[in-house]
Amino acid sequence: MDVVSQLQKQFIDFSSSLYREGYVDDQFSQLHKLQDESSPDFVVEVASLFFDDAEKLINSMARALEQPCVDFKQVDSHVHQLKGSSSSIGALRVKNVCIAFRSFCDAQNREGCMRCLQQVSHEYTMLKSKLQTLFRMEQQILAAGGSVPLE
Amino acid sequence: MMIGAEGASSSKKARISENPVSKNRPYFALVVDDDPMIRRIHSMILKSVGFKVEVAENGKEAVDLFRTGAKFHIVFIDMEMPVMDGIEATKAMRAMKVESKIVGVTSRNSETEREVFMQAGLDLCYTKPLTMAKIVPLLEELQKN
Repeated sequence: MDVVSQLQKQFIDFSSSLYREGYVDDQFSQLHKLQDESSPDFVVEVASLFFDDAEKLINSMARALEQPCVDFKQVDSHVHQLKGSSSSIGALRVKNVCIAFRSFCDAQNREGCMRCLQQVSHEYTMLKSKLQTLFRMEQQILAAGGSVPLE
Repeated sequence: MMIGAEGASSSKKARISENPVSKNRPYFALVVDDDPMIRRIHSMILKSVGFKVEVAENGKEAVDLFRTGAKFHIVFIDMEMPVMDGIEATKAMRAMKVESKIVGVTSRNSETEREVFMQAGLDLCYTKPLTMAKIVPLLEELQKN
């Protein structure tokens, strides 16, 4: 198997694992379908915007939960925004944690919120790492003269 | 011919023909959202089906576009935005007799909140994210009309 074919196979296997393990859903696939020659870096651009957004929101949630008197509406607002962003990019695991997180905000359960904060931070970190790996694999295929397989 | 914001500032404004919408003419959409990621995604989806797209970061920017004479076939507007939210912006656009189709796009699931948004003057309201499945019927409706 030549280098390009090997890289393409590794890419397909890795990409499939992201869907199989629930890191991303069909919305992520839809974003790839929108990418074309006029916007070849569309998915990377959207992912970068998501990373910026998510990090700000997670930091804001952490600050809000550190307050002696927690403003659960404010925490919920940040979680709601993250849920929206993660839905839009297809970040399924992050979105699902946000759904649980909102229930704890509604119940004004600080401990539950802290657990969810830890979870959402973990899921986000994992997703970011996985997507950065995926994008690196794409670059390797292109650098080797191949084309990135469609999902 | 319906024109986007660029045409509005030109000294030669295009006239609206008797049949402004046809399959061979571009359709103009306005995406209003404070989230740059959402603006990017929604713009891309709309462009992929043939829309010419303008964006606005909040309701006030959207209203100001219409005040300067810009016209759009369709507006996709978020509910929660700083400066002027989607509800106030929609009310303002309808008060200005904006005839564009206005579609609310929100992450909010509460029926009450969506109803308040609809009452502001929306034609319909979708849950984020926008998808091809949601956009294509809207485009077909524009083409029919």
